[in-house]
Parts: sequence; C-alpha cells; structure tokens
Amino acid sequence: MNIKTISSEPTPGSSATRVALRVRDLKKCFGSLEVIRGVSLTAHRGEVISILGSSGSGKSTLLRCLNFLETPSDGEIWISGRQVSLRDGRTGQREINALRMKLGMVFQSFNLWSHKTVLENIVEAPIHVIGLPKREACLRAEELLLKVGLADKRHVYPCHLSGGQQQRVAIARALAMEPEILLFDEPTSALDPELVGEVLKVIRSLAGEGRTMLIVTHELGFARQVSNRVVFLHRGQIEEENEPGAFFGNPTSPRLKEFLSAQSGEARR
Amino acid sequence: MNWYLIVEALPLLLEGALLTVKLTATSLVLGLFIALPLALLRASPSRALSRPILLYTFVLRGTPLLVQLFLIYYGASQVEWVRSSILWSILREPYWCALIAFSLNNAAYTTEILRGGIRAVPSGEIEAAKALGMSYALRTRRIVLPTAFRLSLPTYANEIVLMLKASSLASTITLMELTGTARKIVAQTFSPYEVFISAALIYLGITFVVVHVVERVERHVTRHLRRVEFQNDYDEQARDMTQIPALEQVAR
Repeated sequence: MNIKTISSEPTPGSSATRVALRVRDLKKCFGSLEVIRGVSLTAHRGEVISILGSSGSGKSTLLRCLNFLETPSDGEIWISGRQVSLRDGRTGQREINALRMKLGMVFQSFNLWSHKTVLENIVEAPIHVIGLPKREACLRAEELLLKVGLADKRHVYPCHLSGGQQQRVAIARALAMEPEILLFDEPTSALDPELVGEVLKVIRSLAGEGRTMLIVTHELGFARQVSNRVVFLHRGQIEEENEPGAFFGNPTSPRLKEFLSAQSGEARR
Repeated sequence: MNWYLIVEALPLLLEGALLTVKLTATSLVLGLFIALPLALLRASPSRALSRPILLYTFVLRGTPLLVQLFLIYYGASQVEWVRSSILWSILREPYWCALIAFSLNNAAYTTEILRGGIRAVPSGEIEAAKALGMSYALRTRRIVLPTAFRLSLPTYANEIVLMLKASSLASTITLMELTGTARKIVAQTFSPYEVFISAALIYLGITFVVVHVVERVERHVTRHLRRVEFQNDYDEQARDMTQIPALEQVAR
C-alpha cells in the first residue's frame, strides 16, 4: 500500500506517470469483419471514462481487447507507461498474464466460479497468482466484502445470491488483485431493474476513491454522474468524446443525437 | 434349487469376486491416469493435438474389448522381439495382459467422458480466470477440472459399472475371477443354474455398492447447488466481521 502512495505522487510536467492507459489506433477484425476500426483513447490516473454505443458498435470488444480476451489485430497499447508488444501479433502468454493482473475486469454475466464460495472466489487469484499468504488474502477479501456490503455472505455459494449480489462479489474479486485500472463490461445489463441500483452504488463509491475505470454501460444517467469523460462508439470508431455535461447537453454528431434521443424515448416509455 | 451347492460354492465365488474387484479397480485407476492428459489434449482447440487422441479413442471404442484382449494375450507371443525382450515377463502373464487391455480400453472411454465435462465448463468462468491473470495450468487445475469432474461424474459412474461387467472377459484368458470361477465350478458340478445365479447376484451386490458410493460423492461435490442455508454459522461469522476495521482506513 505504501508503493501506491509513492507512485501516485504527482510529478509535475511528466504526463507519462499520470497516464494509466493509452490506446493508439487499435483495430480488431473477426475474419473479414472489422469490429474495431482504429480507436485511440487515453485514460489518466483516477479518471472514469464511460463508453456508450448501440449494440454491435464494438464497445465490449474494445474492452476485451485491452486485456487480451480478444487479441487485437493492430494498434498500440500502453498500460501505466509500458507498451504492450502486439505488433507481430504474438504476445507472450507470460506478458499477457502480467498485463491482466493490472486490469480488473467485471463481466456482464458476473462469471463467478460456481463451485467456490464467495470468499474462495475472491482469494483464489491473490493466493495462486500473486502468491499472497492465505491469511492476508482472506483479510483483504473480508475488507472488500465489507466494502461491497456482503460480509455476511462470505461462505455462501454464488447460486444462492441474487444477480446484484453476485456482481458485487465479482467486483470484490477484481479489486482483490489491486488492479491499476478497472474495466466494467456492461455490469448492470444482466440485472433486474431493482438490483441495478446496488451495483451502481458500489461502482460510484469506487469512482469516489479515485480509481481509474473504463465503464461500458447503457445507464446514461449513471454515466453522466460518475464519469469524467464519455465516449460514444459507432461502428468501431469513436464518434464523439467529451466531458459529460457537453456530451449529453450539447452533442454534435448526428449519430449521437439520434442515439441519445432514442435512449431518452426509451426511458420515458 | 440345490441350496447346499450354493453355500458350498460361495467361498470360491467370493474369492473370484475379489480378483474381479482388484482387476476392475486397478484398470479404472490406470485408465483415469491415462485419460486425464488425453482428455485435456482432446478438448484442446488445436486439431494437431486433438486429432491423434480422437484416433486412439475411435480405435479402442470401435473394436470389441475381447478382440483387444486376445490381441495382447495371444498376439504378443507371436512377435519374436517381444518374446526375447524384458516385456515378455509381463506379457506372458494373463493378469497383466487383462490389466493392460482393460486400462487402455477404459482410458479411451474415460477420455471422451472427461472431454465432454471439460467442454461443458461455462466459458465465462474460464474467461474470469484468464482475466485475473491465471495461467493455463493454474486455471485447468483450479477452475476447469473440478467442474469438469463434477459434470462427468454421472456418466463416469456408468463407466465404472460397465468396466466391472467387462472384467468377466478376463475369464477367457484363464483368469479365475468371478465368472471364470463360476464356469469352473459348473464344469465340476453340472449345475449352471445355481452357480451362475450366485455369480450374478455377487455382481449385482458390487454394482449396488459402487452406485451408492458414487451417489455419496456426487452429493458431496454438488453441495454448492443445493439450497441449504447454514444460517447460524453465518450469523456467528457476521458478528466476527464487525471487529475488522473498515476498509476505508486500511486501503488508504
């Protein structure tokens, strides 16, 4: 934890230390279908970026490319100042695993391990990937459970939890690796409407802690409240990017206008 | 029905049954050891890895076990270099021949059963493991195999019972297991009815035990799917939790 304080110390003038993630001209093709067509994005430390877009716009694929759940076809990725080599198309498995440890991923469908209890789900990677002593990992896990409000559920199996509770455990599991950046892939899309709030509350509190986060979401109101910047993705390209006030209040691209009016119409119904 | 004959034959039959159990159990263990790596290769998306295993399982599942047994027992003795090599000390023993044939055959079936289990592990759970930086070996050991074993168990129980009954083929290469012993007694007493019914009942008894044990194991490994609440435990632990300092203080 000391290390964190040191590394986040502001070094005036050098923007490199403040950049958590930089993506340049990222491309991803599935066969002849180009899903991501040259996306460039920079996330500074502590910044929350929401990524919006209609389905098929490549939002999830973009997120999955960042931690190599999909291998990017072309482009450059820097994570906290270090470039990930993907030019030759074959990034080493070791390098990928090291990269993934820095990125915490929260999935749409939670993806908890069904044969492990809540606590076992959270301590699994810290113990077996980082090599943290069991006691320490459990302590860290219990703190995290307290934070997501599920301390009393630590010995429960995932199938006994509601969707919202499962997603909160999944967030705790990602946090247990102390990642530098959190990636949320539509974290509330698989939830019943009344359960969305509890998950958003947790994400909002994480944003309040100054964590760097990329959030793919359909919750426009939430995106507006929580983000520093909002990105609109259309057909694999960034159509518009702005701070939330201007993004929602004064959209310039016709696509975004269309998208926003369609979404607000949806909300009124 | 000659009850006296049954009582007299029973100790001999049970002795044979012991060999049956030994042969079955050893074949199952060896078969599982062979099948585990093969199943992982077979489940691999790479064709170069999975195709040779498919060939193996295709050949061993597509030919009768009796033929495989004869090939090893009678066939090996026809090959000059086998007879002159150290292998011969193993391959001239009917017990080892039966064990080799059964293990290889059982491994083929188990490979396909396990492959099915591995492929049925939810892809999201594997992705979650990848996203946390777990290597292939780690996530196979910690995430994929535990779930794959659980999913394979009902089918594998069936395979255990089939192996038990298939072990009667060992009687064709002079082994005095349950079926072999029964045939020998019948040849001496000319009462096939009593002796074979006794043997059948013993097979049935062993099957009964196997099915029960597997059911126990299955109940244990699917405990996370049952809706049982250990509410008291939770309450107690929840009380402990209040003593842990709030995260805000620790994390900062």
